[in-house]
Amino acid sequence: MTAAHQHRGEASIGLIRVGMVYRTAGGPVEALRDISLDVRRGEFVSLVGPSGCGKSTLLRIVAGLRPATSGAISVDGRPVIEPLSNIGMVFQAPVLLKWRTVLDNVLLPAELAGLGTAGYRERAMELLRLVGLGDFVGKRPHELSGGMQQRASICRALLLDPPLLLMDEPFGALDAMTRDDMNIELLRIWGEDKGAGGARKTILFVTHSIPEAVILSDRVVVMSPRPGSIAAVAAIDLPRPRTVETRASEDFGRLSLAIHRALKLGEGSCASAHRSCVANLGARPMTANRWD
Amino acid sequence: MNGIAPRRLLPATMTFVGFLACWQLAVSALGVREYLLPSPLSVLAAMGPGEIPWAKHIWTTAVEILGAFLIAALAGVLLGAAIAWSQAAAGALTPFLVFVNTLPKVAIAPLFLIWLGYGILPNMLIGALIGFFPVVINTAVGLTQIEEDLLDLGRVFNAPKWKVFAKIRMPNAYPYILSALKVTASSAVVGAVVGEFVASQAGLGYVIITTQSSMNTAVAFAALAWISILGLMLFAAVGALSRLLAPWAEVSDA
Repeated sequence: MTAAHQHRGEASIGLIRVGMVYRTAGGPVEALRDISLDVRRGEFVSLVGPSGCGKSTLLRIVAGLRPATSGAISVDGRPVIEPLSNIGMVFQAPVLLKWRTVLDNVLLPAELAGLGTAGYRERAMELLRLVGLGDFVGKRPHELSGGMQQRASICRALLLDPPLLLMDEPFGALDAMTRDDMNIELLRIWGEDKGAGGARKTILFVTHSIPEAVILSDRVVVMSPRPGSIAAVAAIDLPRPRTVETRASEDFGRLSLAIHRALKLGEGSCASAHRSCVANLGARPMTANRWD
Repeated sequence: MNGIAPRRLLPATMTFVGFLACWQLAVSALGVREYLLPSPLSVLAAMGPGEIPWAKHIWTTAVEILGAFLIAALAGVLLGAAIAWSQAAAGALTPFLVFVNTLPKVAIAPLFLIWLGYGILPNMLIGALIGFFPVVINTAVGLTQIEEDLLDLGRVFNAPKWKVFAKIRMPNAYPYILSALKVTASSAVVGAVVGEFVASQAGLGYVIITTQSSMNTAVAFAALAWISILGLMLFAAVGALSRLLAPWAEVSDA
């Protein structure tokens, strides 16, 4: 957008039989098993699944923030062995710095990366205007609503124009209406209208919400819990650009239902293999620990 | 938030005025003798220029209080930062600091006198010793109570440790440090006065001690009033600093 940031190559993610085992006081806990997935450049892929299926962990493994215990991870053809430096991360909480203005929060990555803020000020303003925060650049986070704070944190993730965006339930804490609006807004920021292979970023998006995954994604990866593994992958062939009307379409309903069934099935297959997963099918999940 | 509305000051002012009025009335109505309990008006009179060279004593005590406060603040922040910076430092320092904190510091005052002699410095150090510990703890807590996500952000951008410290951890600790400094402000006053009690040739604590022999209670009260004015000024200064450095933190002033 501005000349200040250099062009970077587009990312693609390759995961081959990735596994993750935590060592805990009660013995090893397998969080992820045999995750194999390829994400094309410019593709929008969502990971859906119940809590505890390891989808957030998988996101951090891709970012190089946590080491996997087995398997191979590559981004842009290069193995991930340390935190990736040219990615954007958005978390469930906006995690803005309370003492900084919105503008200075968005400029944080440039400072942390040692690039200086001078060359990025204009881009930060441009991003903030794009998400409707143009009049709020001088405000502090507590003066903003939750949705506005999350918009600011998305701008922060986009500042250095990373080719890969990793988003961990970014809209999970927002009310349903704001969330629906943010979905469409994210697609606009992503550059949905530009078409694949254009300037689009690769996005790996974690969510609980099936409708959210369907409206956003090119593909939805359905994960099952304990250990987290891929139960199904659904291609979302809904036409783009997607709008509020897309949600009302028959195809949207069909795809949502298919993913819903895949999720249930994932839990089911998991339940037959691992006794601890029975809780996810039963009506009283709170008692799960007592059965173990 | 900045500046207190006159309306909010009214109840407090009325309490003070009522207290002083009752005191004055009780003393004059009951005929309490001056050396037992002087009236507020005679205390006020004793606070003015006259037999006691107030300027000199106020200056001495003020320097001690400020010195004690600054030493405690600096040492506290540095030690807290060391503890937050490295696990090794935390393991090495924390038990010792806890031990030091359990000592009755007022009882150490005579030792300081033996080691350092008369003067301003030992009194500063006593005040600093009483007041530094909360600063250490709050600094360490403020520097480490950071969302993991925020630290991940630092990792993603390959930020060096000092930069995360300077840009994320340190500002996060400001409200914690400043609320500890409010406690330290009072401790510095206690330390300075205790030091003067033990041995000194000047200062408001020294004035109070000398009135014991002269039975000049009004002067003792006058010195007390000056001490509390100094304490209030330091407390107000910390409050102002807090609003300046950490305006985002809704710290309510007690």
